[in-house]
Amino acid sequence: MSVAGAVRSGRRIVAPVRSARVLRSGTGRAGVALGALVLLIAVFGPFFAPHSPTALVGAPFSAPSAHFPLGTDFLGRDVLSRVLCGGRTVIELAMSATVLGYLGGLTIGLLTGYNRGLAGNALMRIVDVLLAFPPILFLLVLATGAGPSPEALVIGVAITHVPSIARIVRAATLQVAHRGYVEAAVARGERTRYILRREIAPNVLQAIFADLGVRLTWSILLVASVNFLGLGLQPPQADWALMISENREGLAIQPWAVVVPGLLIALLTIACNLVADAIAESLGVSAQAATLDGTRL
Amino acid sequence: MTDRVLVARDLCIEAGPRSPIVDGVSMELARGEVLGVVGESGSGKTSTALAMLGFFRSGLSLTRGTVEISGQLITAMPESKRRLLRGRVISYVPQEPGVALNPSLRIGEQLRRMVSRHLPGSDAEQVIRETMERVDLPSQPAFLRRFPHQLSGGQQQRVTIAIALACRPTVAVLDEPTTGLDVVVQASLLAGIKRLQSETGLAMVYVSHDLAVVASVADRIAVMYAGRVIEEGPTKSIIDAPRHPYTRGLIAAIPDSRSPRNIVGMPGVAARALAWQGGCAFALRCEQRTDKCTVDPPFENAGRLHHVRCFHWQRTRPVTHDGAAVADGDHDARAPLLEVTELNAGYASRGERVVASAGVSFFVSSGECLALVGESGSGKTTIARCISGLHAPDSGVIQLAGTPLAPRAADRPRDARRRIQIVFQNPYDSLNPRHTVRDAVSRPARLLRGIAGPQLRSQVDVLLEQVRLPTTVADRYPAELSGGERQRVAIARALAADPELLVCDEITSALDVSVQAAVMELIADLRRSLGIGVLLISHDLGLVASVADRLVVLQRGHVREQGNVREILASPRDEYTRQLVSAAPTLASDRPWANGEPELNDGEGQDGARADTELLS
Repeated sequence: MSVAGAVRSGRRIVAPVRSARVLRSGTGRAGVALGALVLLIAVFGPFFAPHSPTALVGAPFSAPSAHFPLGTDFLGRDVLSRVLCGGRTVIELAMSATVLGYLGGLTIGLLTGYNRGLAGNALMRIVDVLLAFPPILFLLVLATGAGPSPEALVIGVAITHVPSIARIVRAATLQVAHRGYVEAAVARGERTRYILRREIAPNVLQAIFADLGVRLTWSILLVASVNFLGLGLQPPQADWALMISENREGLAIQPWAVVVPGLLIALLTIACNLVADAIAESLGVSAQAATLDGTRL
Repeated sequence: MTDRVLVARDLCIEAGPRSPIVDGVSMELARGEVLGVVGESGSGKTSTALAMLGFFRSGLSLTRGTVEISGQLITAMPESKRRLLRGRVISYVPQEPGVALNPSLRIGEQLRRMVSRHLPGSDAEQVIRETMERVDLPSQPAFLRRFPHQLSGGQQQRVTIAIALACRPTVAVLDEPTTGLDVVVQASLLAGIKRLQSETGLAMVYVSHDLAVVASVADRIAVMYAGRVIEEGPTKSIIDAPRHPYTRGLIAAIPDSRSPRNIVGMPGVAARALAWQGGCAFALRCEQRTDKCTVDPPFENAGRLHHVRCFHWQRTRPVTHDGAAVADGDHDARAPLLEVTELNAGYASRGERVVASAGVSFFVSSGECLALVGESGSGKTTIARCISGLHAPDSGVIQLAGTPLAPRAADRPRDARRRIQIVFQNPYDSLNPRHTVRDAVSRPARLLRGIAGPQLRSQVDVLLEQVRLPTTVADRYPAELSGGERQRVAIARALAADPELLVCDEITSALDVSVQAAVMELIADLRRSLGIGVLLISHDLGLVASVADRLVVLQRGHVREQGNVREILASPRDEYTRQLVSAAPTLASDRPWANGEPELNDGEGQDGARADTELLS
């Protein structure tokens, strides 16, 4: 029942984002294809790596050869193997940070939008203060304070998402909170938890999922930036952003060690943006159809 | 017939190839005549009205037909020439003046623009002064310097009329000019329109969904259905002897405070021209349909100047006004189910405290229907919300079967929550768009009665049958249902709790008359079969007269009068009640505006802002 229930509510939330409709547009198709390519490399790459990503197998910065198709890095490790193994971390960290950000923003937005008491207002002011911080500065301060670790990185990136998501959710919740169906639930004595989860949340999610792709892109870039600055993942971990940072001194001698991971990060963000555009497009169309229906007498 | 100022012939307006909105409408208007155009939503009445000005909303185009105004063929002109005629020869009074007036321009400026456009060289100030006086508005510069939001709804509508009439056009098209206004304001506005018309000899096309309102101003009435005129004739003839079964049904569906009777709904919902495949568009809802009705009926002569589009018009029964509408049960003898004592409530609006209930006391016995009646801002909705536990009162006691109720629903015992159920005004936001009908209806049964499993499934089917919906709607989402169907689902959701008191907050005000009648019939049936008490919140005295036992009249949070519906409507003691009763539109023959004007004030003290906050609350 609970699984079926989850599937059912999931279907309801995502219903307007018909995958078919996303795939019908050119941008959607290109985005999905690119994203799939990068994801495949990140997920299945480690199985195809010819060498261990951390083993020193050649001279530093050697040019591509039959043995090392993309050459070696500053310590003499195989670049191809490190590229194949280094995608997972960026994607995992960025995704978990985004999901965490959504959960936090959604909770705060729903609570403050529905319960407009003193506590709610105070919470929103804190959120506003967070919004005023430059995110990269915030992450650097956090990393220096808590020490560089993937967990701190995920939490930090998630926190940078929370204020804007919370504001959008709060605005949408304020609109919905006095609809007849919510009042009917209040009048029959439903708990706040039920009202937020079953009556309000399904009607505000559309608004925030429209920018899912943009947020994912943002997370990827932030995670990559912090890793590049050396305040996230630590060597000898294979990671695309870390690779750019490590090998940038050899850019003139052995550009592949920098260009290939850089290109993959770029492709990933482009793919996210394309898919996001296609989703927003399909949402926009369906939202329009919904209002036409809604106003029909 | 030489004095025809407007002739529309065979108008066809389409939204695209083979999707007609208006199909073959012809109308004529003599100098000084008022033609009423009546129709429900989707009947094409507004498109027809705008076509008289040679205007078509975006996406619509005229595919056939002509409109001639004062001998000029407006449909054959280029747009630039039509613009010169609009406002000067034919003008338009839009629905919803709050939206029609430019919020950032002073009303004097809006009038001045009209005058300087069409009467250059004239003394604009003089013209404006005269026009303002004609519509009974102050013409002082101080008033003209106001912005639209500083006027009440009635005043705003008078301003739009003033703008339309400033250049003394020959024809005016009024599109639902009183819809959304309170009855008293509506009555005085209608009286004003009627007077203007007789003074200036203005010809008017008056478009409305409300047959009673149209009957009070029009000389002739055209009834539209699914983009066609299905009946046309002199007002008296249409009201007293309707020939088309739809017109008959419409008249039977209109509640009337003057001659209270059972209102009778029509099955189904109004057909749209778009969906219609030929033949009589009303056939699906018609009692007297035969096989012949699959062919287009001709527009036949059915009496002097009276035309009807029906094969079987001779078989249409006359409307019977059976007076015995109110089942006068002796409810007072029973112990009261709900008792409200000295209720004080209010809310803050724009930093001001609005009093919604000042020492209001009343009771509802089980099985009884009590109506709370008042205009916007009277506090009736807030009182309903207090009873349902949605609004905490400042003081006072609400008792259910002798037990005081907590102010908030969440603090009330489960059984108390079960026994009182509320149905909301707007069917478009009272159902969660993300829940199926089954989810919506089963939740109260599960939460408040503990029904679960297969029993719950069959319970939903039973409930849907009770509100006369096919059980197949159970798995649909609200967006797939019409307004009337949604309101039935909302009623089923309330019934799912097995309530003893049903609070109905203006449940039909967003619905078409024929659908309203069907929903009210349903409520009356449920009262009879389940014995539940009903607290009916309404602004419509006619509706109240046809269903309620007792009546409480509210004005700005104060009870003005309460007692038996019939007695109050027959001989209101209170001054305010008397105003409401005389202002209510009616089809009865002693129409108040037929001769002279009723003594009414516009209720200008009640500013529009208050009405707005009532809607928001």
